[in-house]
Amino acid sequence: MPAFLFWFFAILMLAFGVAVVVNRNPVASALSLVVSFLGLAALFMSLDAYFIGIIQILVYAGAVMVLFLFIIMLLDLRAEKLRKINWPASAGGVAVALALAVQISYVVGNFHFAGQPFPPLARSTIDDVHNVGSLLFENYNLPFQIIGVLVLVATIGVVVLSKRELK
Amino acid sequence: MVTLGDYLIVSGLLFAIGFAGVMLRRNIIIIFMCLELMLNAANLSLVAFSRFRAEAGVPDYHAQVFVFFIITVAAAEVAVGLAIIVALYRARQTTHVEDIASLKF
Repeated sequence: MPAFLFWFFAILMLAFGVAVVVNRNPVASALSLVVSFLGLAALFMSLDAYFIGIIQILVYAGAVMVLFLFIIMLLDLRAEKLRKINWPASAGGVAVALALAVQISYVVGNFHFAGQPFPPLARSTIDDVHNVGSLLFENYNLPFQIIGVLVLVATIGVVVLSKRELK
Repeated sequence: MVTLGDYLIVSGLLFAIGFAGVMLRRNIIIIFMCLELMLNAANLSLVAFSRFRAEAGVPDYHAQVFVFFIITVAAAEVAVGLAIIVALYRARQTTHVEDIASLKF
């Protein structure tokens, strides 16, 4: 992928990530999150991870986002917009996050491999799904089944939690 | 030329943005969205390392399997978390973390 496309999608992702935090309307935050995840999926594809990119779009921009919007609609959160901002606490939060960002940049800057370009791939289109799938079913068969049980438990848990009265 | 460091910096910045959101926002649903941002920042650096560790022209697919697991667990986590938020809203009629202070010292 050309460098300008990388920077375009990276800045898109970061800008809409900031919009998630800054927006006071939860619906606007959720929609900014969709755009941010679409930029992230483009970055995955720029790293030749097409399968992960597609999964990112399907799971996050599709399923997770519908869940978020549905819950926001269900709870009717417009009253939350009128709260006052606690400026000293906000400044402290931004300062801590900035310190974290500076630390991460410092560590990456001193990282030996950080300046090296990516090694070339054998073909322009890689058999992505086949490779991930065979690894998943050969080397990671047990974790895969455990994940299946986890998703089942989560489904049952959600049904129990959404019942009107917990006993 | 885009290097590994660029991807790691972008990933770190996304993580910092998500972290700032968790620190700044008081609405529990927004905090939840920012947690998702942080999870995805970790995924980005994993995929970048997967591409960087390519041997004989094939990326290291172990990292991509790991990302696949993370996405699955995150989806399950979102479903359970939002169900908890709905249950909380039914009990207290609020999604504001300052109104939920029964564990506060």
